[in-house]
Amino acid sequence: MLLIQWKSLEGNKMEKQIVLEAKSIYKSFHDPVKIDVLKDLSFTINRGEFVAITGRSGCGKSTLLYILSTMDSDYEGELWIDHELMAGKTEAELARVRNEKIGFIFQFHYLLNEFSVLKNVMLPGLKANKLSEQELEHNAYELLKKLGIEKLAMKMAYQVSGGEKQRIAIARAMINDPLILMCDEPTGNLDSKNTEIVFDIFSELVNTFNKTLLVVTHDQNFADNTQRNIIMEDGRIIS
Amino acid sequence: MKVKHIFEIAKALLLARSKQTLVAAIGVAFSVAFFVSLLGFMEGLNTLLDGLVLNRTPHIRLYNDIRPSDNQPIALDSTFKNYHHFIHSIKPANARKEIYQVETIFKRLKNDSRVIGVAPKLSAQVFYNLGNIELNGVVNGVEVGQESKLFKFQDYVFGGNAFDLENRSNSIILGQGIADKMQAKKGDLIQVTTIYGEQFSLKVVGFFQSGLVELDKVQSYVSLATCQKLLGESSNYMTDIQIKLYDMDKAPELAKEYAALFKIDAEDIQTANAQFETGSSARTIISFSVGIVLLIVAGFGIYNILNMMIYEKMDTIAILKATGFSGADVKKIFIAISLSIGLGGALLGALLGLLFSVAIDHIPFNSAAVPMVDTYPVDYGIQYYAIAVIFAVATTYFAGWFPSRKASVVDPVEIIRGK
Ligand SMILES: Nc1ncnc2c1ncn2[C@@H]1O[C@H](COP(=O)(O)OP(=O)(O)OP(=O)(O)O)[C@@H](O)[C@H]1O
Ligand SMILES: [Mg+2]
Repeated sequence: MLLIQWKSLEGNKMEKQIVLEAKSIYKSFHDPVKIDVLKDLSFTINRGEFVAITGRSGCGKSTLLYILSTMDSDYEGELWIDHELMAGKTEAELARVRNEKIGFIFQFHYLLNEFSVLKNVMLPGLKANKLSEQELEHNAYELLKKLGIEKLAMKMAYQVSGGEKQRIAIARAMINDPLILMCDEPTGNLDSKNTEIVFDIFSELVNTFNKTLLVVTHDQNFADNTQRNIIMEDGRIIS
Repeated sequence: MKVKHIFEIAKALLLARSKQTLVAAIGVAFSVAFFVSLLGFMEGLNTLLDGLVLNRTPHIRLYNDIRPSDNQPIALDSTFKNYHHFIHSIKPANARKEIYQVETIFKRLKNDSRVIGVAPKLSAQVFYNLGNIELNGVVNGVEVGQESKLFKFQDYVFGGNAFDLENRSNSIILGQGIADKMQAKKGDLIQVTTIYGEQFSLKVVGFFQSGLVELDKVQSYVSLATCQKLLGESSNYMTDIQIKLYDMDKAPELAKEYAALFKIDAEDIQTANAQFETGSSARTIISFSVGIVLLIVAGFGIYNILNMMIYEKMDTIAILKATGFSGADVKKIFIAISLSIGLGGALLGALLGLLFSVAIDHIPFNSAAVPMVDTYPVDYGIQYYAIAVIFAVATTYFAGWFPSRKASVVDPVEIIRGK
């Protein structure tokens, strides 16, 4: 299968460039009693890596991803993204980091139903305000084309299927050419055919475009085919 | 983030909830419409009612008051300065109301750049003879040209031409009330008796309706010359000089100045008609408060709709934030929504208000008190529209402020996890 061959490429990575680094992250909820969800998590992710995070339900994978994506800033420990420490940044600064450096893909596709597919893809770009509207529109269309769904560009977001939505969400995550893509069970709601399509897209992003991917998944087959699998148990990394 | 794109997102959210948006905008529109039509109507009435009096009242009236001299002989002697004066109820020695040196005063006033015009006036006490009944009355002698120019005399004369007073000797314009009592028609001769007991025949050339019924039962108009004849005085006898100014607010100040300059009594319009200002401003304040209350109620409507919208759009807010929109961006989007509703509603309301005003302007209104109008008066002042629109936009801004703040602090993690 196409998926197998990426493993072999793992060895010949050029110089290692750290994209994201977590240093002893602790997180606990106080609801109603104190529960420690993440305990002393430390790891780094290098440029061009395709990393899967697996673990039993409730072990804290999503919680970790929300922290890594800067959406949750209530934790202890240090998070470095692109050699910048996230602690102490204001809400607006964190939003900018998220906008420019992180692409986020959810299990539930989360498109904005009020907008067309094309506009959905363009929105993070409009926020970044780095390219003109025409350029953005062009880029968005090219992304949709690469994902084979350019026909849907003018449809409203609620008019497309689940598998298509997930591909649109990938295009949206890519529009600002982020440093790292984070996904929380991106294939959790898809059938095996669509799962394969999404996996192929991810692989191409890593290999052809040297993107960095961090994917939380329950699909062991999916995880086995990535370059690196972080396994979590009870709030710790066990391998 | 460009403002254009903020509004684009706001528009998309609005269109997704077009019905509620429309209801909110219509709420604002009606408030603005009522505000402008109510105020326009009130101001129209105010101007009309004030005009009844103010149009015809001189800004300053010069006259000779009959009262004892301010400088009594005893005061001139400093020896008695600290003594008690037993003489009281001093009576005036000079009973003449005539103004001296009328020519000089006229010349001075006509050259004064603050004065629009000057009109002389005379009054004579008479009895209207109705068979063997005598009715009390006052006949005013006026110069028709000046009186018309300054005090719109001709507006209140009907059934004849005001200038006939000057053109025909011994003619009279009768007050409507007294004319009804005498059953006088145009061209009739009526009899009046002066306080000196002399009888005169005067020809009726028209009728006068001031709008104040009591006044019309008493007051009639003749020319200056006729009035001097009634009083048995010479042709330069004058008791009142009426002055109209460019700036009415300067009247008290100028009245003092003229009193000193001409050594005469001067009364300004503010002193003579203090009650009118209060009536007008009370009406204005009431309409303003009603209008503003309406706008505030509309503001609450917007507040509710925005709150509901934020509740419904939690997912949207969460995605926007997850893809890098800051709390401030989200807040701007919801403020934009609120302002769009406000501005759209306000402009629609201004248009609607104009239509209401035009409608009021066409409702028939016939009153004996105001002969020169036949529909309700309306003031189309642009200032009411400006106030209403500005206030509506400000209200919607504040109505949107709290919900927007709420939207800006939505925690995306909570929403995404809750899925
Ligand atoms: N807001 C919260 N308050 C209290 N406890 C919470 C809260 N959010 C999550 N938890 C707890 O934290 C733990 C980790 O949750 P998390 O969603 O990270 O698990 P997960 O590994 O993503 O699970 P799954 O694979 O089912 O998605 C769970 O035990 C959960 O009950
Ligand atoms: Mg999870």
